[in-house]
Amino acid sequence: MAYVLAALGGALGALARWGVAEVLPRDDGWPWATLLVNLSGCLLMGVLLGVLAGRETEPAWARPLLGVGVLGGYTTYSAFAVEVADLTDAGTAARAAGYVLVSVVGGVLAVAAGARLVRPR
Amino acid sequence: MTPLLVAAGALVGAPVRLLATRLAARRGGDPALGTLAVNVAGSAVLGVLLGLGDAPAAVVALVGTGFCGTLTTFSAFGADVVRLVAERAVGRALGYAGANVVLGLGAAAAGCALAG
Repeated sequence: MAYVLAALGGALGALARWGVAEVLPRDDGWPWATLLVNLSGCLLMGVLLGVLAGRETEPAWARPLLGVGVLGGYTTYSAFAVEVADLTDAGTAARAAGYVLVSVVGGVLAVAAGARLVRPR
Repeated sequence: MTPLLVAAGALVGAPVRLLATRLAARRGGDPALGTLAVNVAGSAVLGVLLGLGDAPAAVVALVGTGFCGTLTTFSAFGADVVRLVAERAVGRALGYAGANVVLGLGAAAAGCALAG
């Protein structure tokens, strides 16, 4: 059952990611769409984990559908990795390094911030 | 047509990622290693696909945006790092983040170079 929930959630998340990329402008030399989905997806993942941690019992569908599926599919690593390779190939290595730093540090901080939003200490 | 192809690829990518984390978690292992494995593998496949330069748009939507995009994930990666830090395993958190960056970006670059 978890696999079916992950598949359905993953399809929804991927469609949202595709929609963001369709709407945002591209080719200005900075991968805005991927950065936006990854940072917002990390924030929402933190919120989800914070909400689940605050509950006595966790509904069995929540993690496979929302965590693995929707947010796992909404965010992506492969596009990020290829964009870094492209930025490096284009001779903008400093921009590539900045993109890696903002994505990784920003993503980790966004998860922590999301969890803290719903579970103030 | 494109959204349908994206969704079809995602329908496969997400359960494969779940399978990878479950396999990694067997016998007390860390599921994060499953996330690392799919992130590296998906980055390599997308690197090859986009490195070809002339892949049909439908294939890019199905295999690239749909399958590879959903097989790999950033939110679980970020959550894994936060969890390891919360478990006071800061060294492992840094090692895990570093492995994702070095191996994932390396796999994408190698895939692009192989195809191009």
